[in-house]
Amino acid sequence: MKLSSFTIKSFLLTGTFFAIVSMGLVSCGGGGNTSGSDSTASGNDDALIGAGSSFDNPLFSKQFSEYNKTTGLKVNYQSVGSGAGISQLTNKTVDFGASDAPMNGKQDSALTAPAIHIPVTAGAVVLSYNLPDVKDTLQLSPDVLAGIFLGTITKWNDPKIAAINKGVKLPATGIVIAHRSDGSGTSNIFTTYLAKVSTDWNTKVGHGSSVNWPVGLGGKGNEGVAGLIKQTPGAIGYIELAYAIQNAMPYAKMQNKAGNFITPSIASVTAAANIRIPPDSKVSLTNTDAADGYPISGFSWVIIYKEQNYNNRSSDRATKMLKLISWMIHDGQQFSGALNYAPLSPAAVSVGDSILKSATYAGKPILQ
Amino acid sequence: MDTDTSAKNSIITRSDLPLRVIHSTPEAINRAQKKIRRSFRQIRTETVFRRTLTIMGLVMIILVLGILLTLIIQSLPSIKSLGLKYLWGKVWDPVQDIYGAWPFLLGTLLSSFLALIISIPFSLAVAIFLGEYYPKGWLPDFLKNAVELIAAVPSVIYGFWGLAVLVPIVRNLETHIGVEPYGVGIFSSSIILAIMIIPYAASLGRSMIQMVPSPLKEAAYGLGATRWEVIRSVVLPYTKSGLFAGILLSLGRALGETMAVTMVIGNTSLIPKNIFAPGNTMASVIANEFTEADKPVYLSALIELGLVLFLVTVVINLIGKKIIDRFTNE
Repeated sequence: MKLSSFTIKSFLLTGTFFAIVSMGLVSCGGGGNTSGSDSTASGNDDALIGAGSSFDNPLFSKQFSEYNKTTGLKVNYQSVGSGAGISQLTNKTVDFGASDAPMNGKQDSALTAPAIHIPVTAGAVVLSYNLPDVKDTLQLSPDVLAGIFLGTITKWNDPKIAAINKGVKLPATGIVIAHRSDGSGTSNIFTTYLAKVSTDWNTKVGHGSSVNWPVGLGGKGNEGVAGLIKQTPGAIGYIELAYAIQNAMPYAKMQNKAGNFITPSIASVTAAANIRIPPDSKVSLTNTDAADGYPISGFSWVIIYKEQNYNNRSSDRATKMLKLISWMIHDGQQFSGALNYAPLSPAAVSVGDSILKSATYAGKPILQ
Repeated sequence: MDTDTSAKNSIITRSDLPLRVIHSTPEAINRAQKKIRRSFRQIRTETVFRRTLTIMGLVMIILVLGILLTLIIQSLPSIKSLGLKYLWGKVWDPVQDIYGAWPFLLGTLLSSFLALIISIPFSLAVAIFLGEYYPKGWLPDFLKNAVELIAAVPSVIYGFWGLAVLVPIVRNLETHIGVEPYGVGIFSSSIILAIMIIPYAASLGRSMIQMVPSPLKEAAYGLGATRWEVIRSVVLPYTKSGLFAGILLSLGRALGETMAVTMVIGNTSLIPKNIFAPGNTMASVIANEFTEADKPVYLSALIELGLVLFLVTVVINLIGKKIIDRFTNE
């Protein structure tokens, strides 16, 4: 009797254990698709969750900590990459996403409700190189740049490079190209620019956060590309302006649409953004019309749902978030310069303002 | 009193458990009952222990099958739209949604097998040195710990070391032999991998060699064999299946290594022209591109890459098992 009752008990126990394990497995498998309404909607209204661009992360960290001092609002920002930020917004697991590229058609169609883009900062991509014997700053034109990255210009002393760098003694070494191996907004800005200025590039390679590079070596992250450039004599690669400034790396002047050779700097990036910006702000600043603007620059956006009443979010939460974003594009901009981000141009701020005003809660505008 | 104890006795003897002592004093009966309780407890412990082992084993199976199933389900969109040509497609172009895994499959196999070839002489030498020549002493202990420490160093540190120290050396070598001096590439990553996988083959090989019965070796010595001859004709033949298992283990490690390889392989989607050319492995492509895979097919193609890696590992392990079986049957 004793034995058999015990057997039943132990079977029950093992059965329970099994059930728990298999439940765990099932929930892991389906986890990707469930929209954790708990994590945003009914969560603590004094803490917002955002995810996306790693480019924005240093600026956001500073801005959110300053904002927290005055308002007590906590923002938990996950620097997971632009694409991942957008997919988390699509799954409604975050309050806002941040991206270095506006959402593309496929990403838009995956959304259940329309989203709005608010430009929050601007950055630039610079061409850094390793030519120990060249003391002057290298100058590059769109044609030459596309030729180098397509693999048609292979030597530093190519006549095309020499023609725009008069008086610079260029070595006869081969050009080693370094690009990002991980998908990134930086690659997106850079390839978008190349696709705009070179039809060859547009048809052969195209633009995106990961592309099929015709030539070159890949490095992971800005530090990976920078490492390749620093180590390989004759290397050229693209990195973020902020990273290049902080690490004192040499970078080339780029010829812009107006024909001027522009040194990338915070001022020339802000200048690039001082163009007519469409009402939805989804504009690429690459190959800017501005005469003093650096041509390989781009906005970074915060993306939110236009209608904030979803997943049982409170109106209080929506208001707090919109106030935060509004603060970011106004007072929050003062922290840009010290971190080597380009402050938004007046045109961008006014477009951002009108986009923010279009956000609604249950059909009513949130900000007046 | 007598009748009382006999009644209790009868209860005890009804049990089918063997009882050694049945005395009629109350203390003895008490003791005997305690013993029975203990045997029940022992049986219970046995059952619980056996069940736990079974469950743990089953959980492992469920985990592996679960991973396989998840990979298959998540890569369905890509399998549907790309079909089998995914495996030998030579172009990986996320912009135009063309995905071919061939360059990465080639990169993975090339770097792993090259690493294996580089590492085998070292791991074999370490195993013989520690297993046969100097099994005890401070130097062998130190060497043993040092080799095991190699396995404990995080792979990102190998990556940094490779980028800072190894790559310039390889670049120098490449300039001398006249190939394009990138420094990074399949060759560099194979060297890093070789260092990382030495401990696996070496540790297993060492314990295998120590397990060779000494009568066998002594007989060989008695016949006048030299040390080298003993190793060649007694130790190595006796341990070859174990040595091979160690090598297989290290190959598995090399196939899946991600971080260190990503940092030194050059990360290009082009098919490597030679062993010095930059390339890419399946694991490093997944690590690089997963976060920014912004289209469903793209994401699915990356997961399918994981599935291919999984299958490659399974196939290589199965082949290895077959070879080990043949060795042991001889």
